[in-house]
Amino acid sequence: MSDAVSDEKTAVAADTIPGQRDMDPAEPLMRVRDLKKHFPVKGGFPIKRTIGAVQAVDGVSFDVFPGEALGLVGESGCGKSTTGRLLTRLMEPTQGTISYRGKDISRSTRRQLSPIRSEIQMIFQDPYASLNPRQTVGTIISSPMEINGINPPGGREARVRELLETVGLNPEHYNRFPHEFSGGQRQRIGVARALALKPKLIVADEPVSALDVSIQAQVVNLLQEVQREMGIAFVFIAHDLAVVRHFSQRVAVMYLGKIVEIADRTSLYTGPRHPYTHALMSAVPDADIDAEKKERIRLEGDVPSPISPPSGCRFRTRCWKAQDKCAQEEPPLIQLSGNTEGHLTACHFPEDPTIEARAEDIVLDPALAALEGEDD
Amino acid sequence: MLRFILRRTFGAMLILLLISAFTFFMYYAIPQDPATLACGKNCTPDALAIIHKNLGLDDPIPVQYWKFLSGIFVGRDFAVGHCPAPCFGVSFRDQQMVWSTIMDRFPLTLSLTIGGLIVFLIVGLGTGMIAARYRGTWLDKVFSSISLVLSSFQIYFLGPIVLGIFVYSTGWLDKPKYVPFSDNPGQWFMGLLIPWVVMSVIFTANYTRMSRSTMIEQLQEEHVRAARAKGMTGRYVFFRYAWRGSLIPILTILGMDLSALLGGAVVTEFTFGLAGIGRLAVESVVGKDLPKLMGVMLFSAAFILLLNVIVDALYAVIDPRVRLS
Amino acid sequence: MTTLTKPEDAPAPAGSDAFLSVRDLHVRFSTEDGVVKAVDGLSFDLERGTTLGIVGESGSGKSVTNLTILGLHNPLTTTIEGEIVLDGKELITATEAELERLRGNKMAMIFQDALTALSPYHSVGRQIGEPFRKHTGASKREARERAIEMLEKVGIPHAQRRVDDYPHQFSGGMRQRVMIAMSLVCNPDLLIADEPTTALDVTVQAQILDLLKDLQQEFGSAIIMITHDLGVVANMADDLLVMYAGRAVERGTVREVLKSPQHPYTWGLLGSMPRLTADVDEPLTPIPGAPPSLLNPPSGCPFHPRCGFRGEVEGSDRCVDIRPELPEGRGAACHLTLDQKSRIFTETIRPRLG
Repeated sequence: MSDAVSDEKTAVAADTIPGQRDMDPAEPLMRVRDLKKHFPVKGGFPIKRTIGAVQAVDGVSFDVFPGEALGLVGESGCGKSTTGRLLTRLMEPTQGTISYRGKDISRSTRRQLSPIRSEIQMIFQDPYASLNPRQTVGTIISSPMEINGINPPGGREARVRELLETVGLNPEHYNRFPHEFSGGQRQRIGVARALALKPKLIVADEPVSALDVSIQAQVVNLLQEVQREMGIAFVFIAHDLAVVRHFSQRVAVMYLGKIVEIADRTSLYTGPRHPYTHALMSAVPDADIDAEKKERIRLEGDVPSPISPPSGCRFRTRCWKAQDKCAQEEPPLIQLSGNTEGHLTACHFPEDPTIEARAEDIVLDPALAALEGEDD
Repeated sequence: MLRFILRRTFGAMLILLLISAFTFFMYYAIPQDPATLACGKNCTPDALAIIHKNLGLDDPIPVQYWKFLSGIFVGRDFAVGHCPAPCFGVSFRDQQMVWSTIMDRFPLTLSLTIGGLIVFLIVGLGTGMIAARYRGTWLDKVFSSISLVLSSFQIYFLGPIVLGIFVYSTGWLDKPKYVPFSDNPGQWFMGLLIPWVVMSVIFTANYTRMSRSTMIEQLQEEHVRAARAKGMTGRYVFFRYAWRGSLIPILTILGMDLSALLGGAVVTEFTFGLAGIGRLAVESVVGKDLPKLMGVMLFSAAFILLLNVIVDALYAVIDPRVRLS
Repeated sequence: MTTLTKPEDAPAPAGSDAFLSVRDLHVRFSTEDGVVKAVDGLSFDLERGTTLGIVGESGSGKSVTNLTILGLHNPLTTTIEGEIVLDGKELITATEAELERLRGNKMAMIFQDALTALSPYHSVGRQIGEPFRKHTGASKREARERAIEMLEKVGIPHAQRRVDDYPHQFSGGMRQRVMIAMSLVCNPDLLIADEPTTALDVTVQAQILDLLKDLQQEFGSAIIMITHDLGVVANMADDLLVMYAGRAVERGTVREVLKSPQHPYTWGLLGSMPRLTADVDEPLTPIPGAPPSLLNPPSGCPFHPRCGFRGEVEGSDRCVDIRPELPEGRGAACHLTLDQKSRIFTETIRPRLG
């Protein structure tokens, strides 16, 4: 069956990053500094004008190293998808720099970008919307080569067939149209297209969230395979904490346009310091009914609007530890004492680095508090 | 809500200004002296010069335009007399005030368009809803087929046939004529009945089909299903939940159809020998009568824009998402 | 807590005394492409005050089943066979008027996406109050008071003021609370929640799931929780039904199914799901292939084309030819023997789950 990928061969030690032949692994492949994207909000009478801005991404900084998978996780409105689009320059940043292999590309023109475009590719969430229904799979996958005038040895068609095989599709399906494939297979086509130009960095924006559970795992394994075998760096954007943890060696947690915490996987998932990271972890329902008791944190309400985010620390309106200082001063993203190298947290009053159950649950939701209060 | 209507009205004003400027300068792009029209056959250069002066044609074109515009708001003085606001000038041909000519003709066109609109909305939406409610049954098929046949008819084709049957052969109805509503509402109604029906036929069919398809779409909406899951009856959900939503796409099409409606009124006027704005428009184009043409153009445009503002306001009435955003 | 395990000599369907009893339910749709067998021989029971989780992927028939219970299928294109008995009342043969009296009153539904399931044209107060007026004969004013009370109960701040707001003026999580308030307004005995938190953010999902649990305690409703997320059912449900291609393939208590699953499909689901505590070096073990088309489902066991354990079944091609039955109570619809199931799970599957 073409959809089946052998999954055993991916059992490579996860944290080893295959070295890139032409790159120093210690040098970041991509360096993002103080990146901002504000979308103007129009309104007013009688003439419409800009009356505000959705601060979708508001000053994020991070590095992506060659061959590593960096996860961006957060809830809707946190700016993770916008960040992905900025990295691939599908959107113009409002402010900040993105440098790729030491070269600032944040303001580059289309022409200046073209040699780099092939090295940075994107995989989208919706495999239905991101493939042109009137093109054959062969055309879809070879079009990046065509656009960039690349003629691989053996011809483009041979390369496409090779790619189809790599992503676990039947090379004979070269002339089929996207609607003849299932959702999971379509996402594989998307992966093949992204791989066509031998990229150094792939930005994957919720690549599996539209898929059924069993298909999700197929695609995650496929991505992991190409990441490890081809040494491609990934920026893996998802809302599912478990998928992100499974895929990424380092993870950044975003909230309302900012990174609130970034660390290597183990440090972040076992010793989170930011209250929001704690809340996020505690909210994930665990399928293991005998799992050790996690802390229970139930926040109040939804994420506030990014049009007028809270002053100071943006999480303070839903945080149980917030004090005056949090409203006045924005906490810097720094390494707290006791944290490992590279574990940065933006919080004035960080939590203990554990997700074990607390003496008392934190229930900020008024309805829950009321209902549970009655029970006692 | 008020702000929304104000904004739309403001926009409509801008559009009218653009239309007027466009018409005005286009007219003068035609290499013919309008004064010769008014001057008639036995024209002398002297007479021509006088007419030039009387009509204000000696001024540079932008100045003429400005005088025309300001006339609309404050009135103007012509050789033939004072033209009170709103002044659209004096006809080149018959030296009548354009505004009063329009006001003579407009009630007929207004009756025709609004009446036709009401007829096709009631019949079209009604049959469409019935077809949707009984989707797949013979009733649906009959309505859908009739609407398909009717939509291929034209007013000028259907008009004479209807006249032939109901007026000339059977004598059941009188030949269409216009009696002002204020004079005799009964005669007003009977006189326009045939034109309304004939004119609305071409629209009705479209609205039947549209109403049917949007209703069917709405009936499959999750909130319609959720209302059923609450135990609300089919009829209640049909009218309170589905119908409301089905009106929004219909309103959009209606907004676009409004100018076609006026066009339909023009053809209808001709078909039934009625003298309304449509006839006036054709007369002024044929006669190259700029003031009249400008007057009719602007007036019709304003009328359509007004209807559009009403349609836009209806969006807000129907949909709280428009109203409250 | 165990409500599915019944005595060996389980009585005939009609004699089932469960609060909700579904017996040998078949639902077929006729479409342009042919007949879709959306539900194919499904039986389950549900007791008052307990929660049944139904897990499956898209096309497994889990949502169709619940629309059928409520009688919300399209009668023109749907054929239904079998029996659905709610508190002694047979629902499939019930008239529309009888169903209307039950819906929103004795049985209610929470839809997945409150944005589409709430009408944009009516205030939330009206939408919550409507079923209350219909089923209790309350006045407009009483319905409004009740709506405010319900909004407060589900944790909408300033309920008094917000009762006149429209759904689009609420955030996603608050909208889902409105939806919950609407479904609970008549204190239903049966609540069907169709992926109630799938459209929500994870912190909001946690609030809503806890809210549902707490409200169930207060209202005593039985809940059918439809989801694709095993984490959600582990959290919420007492019993679990795993569906695949329109059939129930495994059932038992949540503990039984999650701790010692017996069906290869359930193994596949568990292996596909990354967990926060699993070993990150262990790759996921997805189920190969894609779910079958219900226009033309596979013969025998519908899972056989994707099953990795067919080779272990005695008697060649039994999986292809003979449809395995799901036993009453705890069990799985699979030709593997009980010993094989437990051996494969302990030796092969569990180590991979980390």
